[in-house]
Amino acid sequence: MKKLIEKLTETFSPSGYEVAIRMLIHQEIKPLADEIHVDALGNLIARKGTRTKNGMRIMLAGHMDEIGLMATHVDEHGFIRFTGLGGIRPQALTGGRVRFMDGTPGVINSDRLTDLSKAPTLDQCFIDVGASSRKDCPVRLGDVCAFERPFNDLGTRMIAKSMDDRIGCAVMIEALRALRVSPHEIFFVFTTQEEVGTRGAATSAFGVDPDLGLSIDVTGTGDTPRGSKMDVGLGRGPAVKVKDGGMLADPRIVNWMIRTADKAKIPCQREILEGGTTDARSIQVARAGVPVGCLSIPTRYIHSPSEMVDTGDVLKAVKLLVALLSAPVVL
Amino acid sequence: MPTFGNTQLKLLERLCNACAVSGDEGQVRRIVLKELDGHAEDIRVDALGNVLAHCTGSGKDRLRVMLSAHMDEVGLMLVGDDGDGLFRFEIVGGIDVRQLPGKAVLVGKENIPGVIGARPIHLTTEEELKHRIPLEDLRIDIGPGGDKVKPGDRAVFATRFQRNGPVLIAKALDDRFGVATLLELVKNSPPNIDLMAAFTVQEEIGLRGAKVAAYAFEPDLAIAVDATPSYDLPDWEAEENIAYNTKLGLGPAIYIGDSVTLSDPRLVRWMAETSKVSGIPCQFRQPGAGGTDAGAIHRSRAGIPSLTVSVPHRYSHTAASVARFDDWKNTFALLHAALARLTPALLHSERA
Repeated sequence: MKKLIEKLTETFSPSGYEVAIRMLIHQEIKPLADEIHVDALGNLIARKGTRTKNGMRIMLAGHMDEIGLMATHVDEHGFIRFTGLGGIRPQALTGGRVRFMDGTPGVINSDRLTDLSKAPTLDQCFIDVGASSRKDCPVRLGDVCAFERPFNDLGTRMIAKSMDDRIGCAVMIEALRALRVSPHEIFFVFTTQEEVGTRGAATSAFGVDPDLGLSIDVTGTGDTPRGSKMDVGLGRGPAVKVKDGGMLADPRIVNWMIRTADKAKIPCQREILEGGTTDARSIQVARAGVPVGCLSIPTRYIHSPSEMVDTGDVLKAVKLLVALLSAPVVL
Repeated sequence: MPTFGNTQLKLLERLCNACAVSGDEGQVRRIVLKELDGHAEDIRVDALGNVLAHCTGSGKDRLRVMLSAHMDEVGLMLVGDDGDGLFRFEIVGGIDVRQLPGKAVLVGKENIPGVIGARPIHLTTEEELKHRIPLEDLRIDIGPGGDKVKPGDRAVFATRFQRNGPVLIAKALDDRFGVATLLELVKNSPPNIDLMAAFTVQEEIGLRGAKVAAYAFEPDLAIAVDATPSYDLPDWEAEENIAYNTKLGLGPAIYIGDSVTLSDPRLVRWMAETSKVSGIPCQFRQPGAGGTDAGAIHRSRAGIPSLTVSVPHRYSHTAASVARFDDWKNTFALLHAALARLTPALLHSERA
């Protein structure tokens, strides 16, 4: 699974430009799914199984996109100004490397700062791709790039860019691989444009029209020095979302998830995330409404170029997801 | 290309001079309905006040193309009667409060004249001149005996449309430019597509009309036709201006991304290619903040590939914008040329 995570996290696909990651995931799941299609917003939708008497139509959503940058101006000396795609944190930018969709690498830096105690604003930052004029700069207004950072396997922990949410994609792929019998018709949806407002989930949920929806996404932790007050930490198992900044999980789904984890002896944590949200936010208000929940992978340093997860949490998330999908859902 | 000149300018003038603050679009809707008469089928006004119309083509394999332009404009709403023709008011949509004092306005369905009063300079202290006047302290003054006006009425800037050679000066070019463009596209709808025109309401307060219009139409793809700010002025200290949004004179502005939509790259390429093959100029709007009807449309139902094309204009959302006739003419020309060469093949490949 680590090989898969490495491949997924080292692919460049910011919101709205998910071609490369879609092709990669498509290849991975082709032998595993019953039917695969891509919708108008680029969501990759894989159907598995047929619905039996005790079964449901279930939608799983893990987003393929990652945060990135979009060029807004190339100046006369070839420096590129940009805007963010998704929640960019300026303090994580300076000195970082990026790669544009055509392969062009670049480094981020900023105007000279008069106050070094403050992070530069996005307006003060630029990308340098080694060009010396507008003319010889290979980047044009509107071109997009993502952070470039290698995947590191630390054994019990892993670091990579875009763990948010390639780790969710990896969990879904492995669950699809491991799933033997299920009473459900399951739609594994690898969504687009989550980071800019859970847009792909909105349209794919309309298309799938599920009875139940589950996001598979990262969540923050409170286990770093002077970190945020949050009762989630690495190594304590996957998290079951109770609420976040944009959604309330259906309490019946929270209970079902925790019950299933207990029964399978998989440790899990209850998650309350104060800021941020996930695809389930859009799924629950699709059409006439859908009960939703979210299986979260605790992740440190989210939206920085180096996001860290615990290997055991990831493996347990796969196990829990398979357990959830293998039996009838009693809400 | 169909002719585009004085007749179209007259139409734009009537549209700009009409008053249609979000939620009260009647004056523009009446012009739209009259103009559509005889040029479209199945013309109807939906529950929110959108005008929806179809132009069915005649070719084979026609794409259903939704074009949307919003009828509403930013403005003011009267919220309290202080007596003697003085009214408290709130802002509808995005207007900078600093733009308000001293402006003439038109109030209510009968366009009653008024003014947002400000203390004359004779009576203002130097200290007061340093501060902006907060909205709570401003009143619309229509003079005594103003009983034709009541709280709930809307008000707009009283600017009248003017043309000076290639220059257009008017209020509400956002988005009467789009409304006029869309009316002309309906009148010249190419036969290879089914054109579905939506003249929408309540864009300025959250893309509300477009949301239901897109649901009703369920198109194959959509283009929002709007107007976008230009801040193409020389930067201070002769530095390069790197945040102009768009520039006057460079033609229609194609959107790649704003805060509510990432345009479908296939549609961006189609529009840019059309510019290349037709010789009609175009520019890319700087990606960044802002939003158009496309933000609601692309999220409708199971998803709709969407794009925005806008006419650039300076001083958007103020009493008077400045624009160039040629940018508008080229917006119409580019959209017409693009639609005329549109085939289903555009959507055969995956979004990339």
